[in-house]
Amino acid sequence: MLTVKDLFVKVDSADGGKEILKGINLEVNAGEVHAIMGPNGSGKSTLANVIAGKDGYEVTGGSVTMDGMDLLDMSPEERAREGVFLAFQYPVEIPGVSNATFLKTALNEIRKHKGLEELDAMNFLKFMREKMKVVGIDEKLINRPVNQGFSGGEKKRNEIFQLQMLQPKLAVLDETDSGLDIDALKIVSNGVNLFRNKDNAVVVVTHYQRLLDYIVPDFVHVLVNGRIVKSGGKELALELEEKGYDWVINPETEAAAV
Amino acid sequence: MSTDLSNVEELAISDYKYGFETDIEMDVVPKGLSEETIRIISSKKNEPEWMLEWRLKAYRHWLTIKHEDQPHWANISYPAVDFQDIIYYAAPKKKIELKSLDEVDPELLKTFEKLGISLQEQKRLAGVAVDAVFDSVSVTTTFKEELSKLGIIFCSMSEAIQNHPELVKKYIGSVVPYTDNFYAALNSAVFSDGSFCYIPKGVRCPMELSTYFRINTSGTGQFERTLLIADEGGYVSYLEGCTAPMRDENQLHAAVVELIAMDDATIKYSTVQNWYPGDKEGNGGIYNFVTKRGACRGNNSKITWTQVETGSAITWKYPSCILQGDNSIGEFYSVAVTNNHQQADTGTKMIHLGKNTRSTIVSKGISAGKSNNSYRGLVRVHKNADNARNFTQCDSLLIGDRCGAHTFPYIEVSNESAKVEHEATTSKIGEDQLFYLRQRGIAQEDAINLIVNGYCKDVFRELPMEFAVEAQKLLSISLEGSVG
Repeated sequence: MLTVKDLFVKVDSADGGKEILKGINLEVNAGEVHAIMGPNGSGKSTLANVIAGKDGYEVTGGSVTMDGMDLLDMSPEERAREGVFLAFQYPVEIPGVSNATFLKTALNEIRKHKGLEELDAMNFLKFMREKMKVVGIDEKLINRPVNQGFSGGEKKRNEIFQLQMLQPKLAVLDETDSGLDIDALKIVSNGVNLFRNKDNAVVVVTHYQRLLDYIVPDFVHVLVNGRIVKSGGKELALELEEKGYDWVINPETEAAAV
Repeated sequence: MSTDLSNVEELAISDYKYGFETDIEMDVVPKGLSEETIRIISSKKNEPEWMLEWRLKAYRHWLTIKHEDQPHWANISYPAVDFQDIIYYAAPKKKIELKSLDEVDPELLKTFEKLGISLQEQKRLAGVAVDAVFDSVSVTTTFKEELSKLGIIFCSMSEAIQNHPELVKKYIGSVVPYTDNFYAALNSAVFSDGSFCYIPKGVRCPMELSTYFRINTSGTGQFERTLLIADEGGYVSYLEGCTAPMRDENQLHAAVVELIAMDDATIKYSTVQNWYPGDKEGNGGIYNFVTKRGACRGNNSKITWTQVETGSAITWKYPSCILQGDNSIGEFYSVAVTNNHQQADTGTKMIHLGKNTRSTIVSKGISAGKSNNSYRGLVRVHKNADNARNFTQCDSLLIGDRCGAHTFPYIEVSNESAKVEHEATTSKIGEDQLFYLRQRGIAQEDAINLIVNGYCKDVFRELPMEFAVEAQKLLSISLEGSVG
């Protein structure tokens, strides 16, 4: 479904920019969950942002495609309508715009793009109520302005609620576990697990293995300094947890020390 | 990648949708201002002697105000206006009184249709009585009969002068005297027409009263005069909406609006202003120098000003409340949008004179392009105004990085029991906000629209429903390329 080929990315800045991603290769198929792990500053969020089309990055080489479509050639909204979803690390507040209005607008844009009829208020409400149960989100959060006055946990839960509402093809979760207590983590993970099916795919970007106890990945990739230095199955995450990132960063020193 | 904030600004620049001129035979008084001009205007309107005398007094007063004493404190700049280069009166030629829409010049009806305000439609949509002012003279008035059953007078100012001289004489200039300021004096001397409304004691006006103003005929300064009186226990909600055709040269518009609320009376005055703002380089556009003031004369009276200002090259306007009666309430809700080279200096004055008077000010400024948007407000609590309360919320939103937002709040309190609160914020439409919405499938211009509408929500909900919808549309037209 998602193919990242030899991707080089610089961050935009006046002094020419720093290279963040240095040749990323990633193949995610339908029905799979991939975890991208790595220390702070390794480029995890950059990868997530470039897939979604955020400004401020320059792609200097390589490609990102979804089902053969060149994502890099598409605007963020086109990507979203084709089924790319980014669960934000820091969800943004939109004062005065209710969560419900925001989601109805978004959902109908996506439905229009797919050639489906737009949902009217009644049908939207019905659909939303179903999804609210899945994520255990409170009705009062729905009527509040988007993310305004939400706690950290509520914001993250709201992201997963949106994931459930919009049912994308590819979900990229950027540090969704940060700031969550264990109960919230379980609820959020449950929302993601219920989303998973053979036709969609999930990319989980995380610093800690904790989340992967609940969202069990099929593949784990370790991103260090802009490169994927190691890939493996779910057991790789546990190994990382035990040995730390130094183990993959400097295998030689590790070996020498033994 | 694909976009940056300068693209946002590009989107924010849109063409004026209402640029057209109607070809109707006009009755025009030659350019220039003199006692003779005023006599012609007054006689064309067949006015009584006292009205002419009042106009002439105002004119003589205006002559004593030096041009350099024109209001100059506003945060705006523009070339000096040549008052001898203005046509002070233009009326569509009509001989017969019109009884129904069928008798109205089809050209005129077409104009209204282009504006999206078909009178036929308005007639069918019961609940809105329309007094359509086309240039200077009212052309048609609907629902008048229904209103007159309740004793409500709703007509053009010219008709009021003919038919209800005692009311006009009593109240005109009682809130905004001709000595008030340069433009109030000018307006008093040459005002062409406007609306008049009187709500008798204990009557609640059952429908929203609405007037559409329009400026036509090249170089016509339009000087409307509006007077609304709600007698004891009366209630009225009045809507004023404006659009003007495309113009090259600047047009002066200096209206005066006076509201009077007696004991237990309530007046809601809502405005949507969308006059031609000039082109993208800042050429042309309307100068909108308006004096709007309401007097809460009676106890427990209430006046609410709600305005959505998206048009005009320069807007200079401070709808104010004089809270004279005890327990009276003044409210001001404003959205002012400036784009390209537009300048706006707008706000309100809340003058607390009575006891237990309360005022609320909510001002939302939005600046885009190279525009400048200022809030200027005065809250004055007089020494006898025990327990006065004021709450002011004053927010500015910037789109792009070449526009300006300014706030000039003045607070003068002479009574220790007063409580005055002022909150102010300035924010920018963040790229983060835009990206968040776009990542959910919402196009950039729709995202801006959503953010701006959310920002203005506190004001829009004060507008009557149909007006709120129109206001939202106007905002998208003013700020977006794709819609316009």
